[in-house]
Amino acid sequence: MPLGFRILKNQYFDSVFLMGVNKHLSDENGVQQTAVLMGSDGNKKLLKDLGLYDPVMDAAQANDLIVSISADSESIASELLARLPEYLKGGVEAIGKTRLSTLENGLTIKPDANLAVISIPGEFAAREAKKALDHGLNVFLFSDNVSLEDELMLKSYAAKQGLLVMGPDCGTSLIGGKGIGFTNAVRRGSIGAIGPSGTGLQEFTSQVHNAGYGVSHAIGTGSHDLSDKIGGLTTISALDALENDPATKVIAIISKPPGENTLIKLMSRIKNCPKPIIGCFFGVQTIPPTGCSMFSRATTIDEAVRLSVVNSGGGDHPEVNDRNILMQKLKSEKQGFSFKQKYLRGIFAGGTFCYQAQQILRGQGFPVFSNAPLDKKMLLDHPTHSRENCMVDMGDDYFTQGKPHPMIDGTERKRRILEEARDAELKVLLLDFILGYNASMDPAGELADAISEAKRIVATRHGYLSIVASICGTEEDPQDLKLQEKILEELGVIVFRSNARASQFCVELLK
Amino acid sequence: MPEKIDELLKEPLLVINIGLKGFSESLAEQGVDVIQVDWVPPAGGDKELMEILDKLI
Repeated sequence: MPLGFRILKNQYFDSVFLMGVNKHLSDENGVQQTAVLMGSDGNKKLLKDLGLYDPVMDAAQANDLIVSISADSESIASELLARLPEYLKGGVEAIGKTRLSTLENGLTIKPDANLAVISIPGEFAAREAKKALDHGLNVFLFSDNVSLEDELMLKSYAAKQGLLVMGPDCGTSLIGGKGIGFTNAVRRGSIGAIGPSGTGLQEFTSQVHNAGYGVSHAIGTGSHDLSDKIGGLTTISALDALENDPATKVIAIISKPPGENTLIKLMSRIKNCPKPIIGCFFGVQTIPPTGCSMFSRATTIDEAVRLSVVNSGGGDHPEVNDRNILMQKLKSEKQGFSFKQKYLRGIFAGGTFCYQAQQILRGQGFPVFSNAPLDKKMLLDHPTHSRENCMVDMGDDYFTQGKPHPMIDGTERKRRILEEARDAELKVLLLDFILGYNASMDPAGELADAISEAKRIVATRHGYLSIVASICGTEEDPQDLKLQEKILEELGVIVFRSNARASQFCVELLK
Repeated sequence: MPEKIDELLKEPLLVINIGLKGFSESLAEQGVDVIQVDWVPPAGGDKELMEILDKLI
């Protein structure tokens, strides 16, 4: 039960703003736990799960704000609730004050719109997406918690209308050089990409840019698109579109583990692709044969980039990190380990990085546990408890319910890094830092204190903590890529501009 | 061939952003023509009432 709560009628704010308010409240002295949520059915259930529910909250509606606080004393909770207007300043979204509140309002001003970008609570998202399709708009659906039944309905309907539904749970697309959602600033070019994974597309497009080449379009499909329930409907539509797009010379598909039947269906479709096509499917041991000379398989995103560049007419790009310098760093890092130190822990913001790192470790004989395992038998008993070599996707629903995604806010990752540092068997930490539009403006700075403290904790045990990181981004991103690298390097972190290369360096540290 | 998708890839983006304002801001920063819709749950979020409204409109 909370020690204090307040319901503000007809005060609707978006979830990202409310997560910020929640963070400010929870950082106050004497506060144990807080929830700042709209009164939807899903959020009321979450309040119950968090132990911050009161039966009075049942009366709240989806456009009423609920603020619930558990603290060391009732007076702390009351004082914070009294100061709520201060915390809510800047989020002036109270009903009646906004100019446009429906899709139809928007269409009266922009009747020629060709894309609806939808990021509202999942329980309402399918309804808005369907309306957008009815009006002939393509859809980028960022919202998650949309049922698979609704997703199938939306995508089947869109296919009939000749429209594209990117999502639900789609974080990234680049259309004609313009980034939608979480994207990096990359130049235009002739390489097209498709993928259910946002961070996979970000890593691919950033590396294409950093290699001196460019992207025609990168089409996000939503995380469930290649599941057998959805059957790759958006992936196939995107493939059709990129095949017909004169600006696209080569197509890459970057995917989390796809459904078995959907992979067969997709490979059968790929057989007829007239353009060079590269498939990077994490977690897949054997790919059904296509008999198509235009198809190449890549096992890492780096390899997918290299093959795409070569197939688009570019040259083989050199490795950025110098081999001799890396060998020296490796030797120097290994000197400090104590005999008790054994294991690698990957603490990721990006789900695809978690998959790719597991695949690289597994491929070289290191079993890896995870909360998002490539192999189901390697599932962690609990996402909060690491064991042996372990990769944790901190963007998983377990960690993000009612809390900001680690790409926006590093609080949960900081906590986890310090927990890992207290494990005497910890040897190497692998981290990812994701730049670009809508991501944290200073991801390295956010984790800096935790990185220093983790190194200090291990040093007090007469050991040495090796920390390896990858940065996904370009020099054109709103953050300063070089400054982010410098912050990490000054903390003694070994930095790569590739998760695959960072993971490989970790393998060498473990050997 | 589904021409709406082809048009999306060929024509400049013209976006209606429903929800997170940050997405509008980053699109505008890239020079995209975007309009922000500050969505609120219709009918106070009452789904039964929303279904009735959908049928009436």
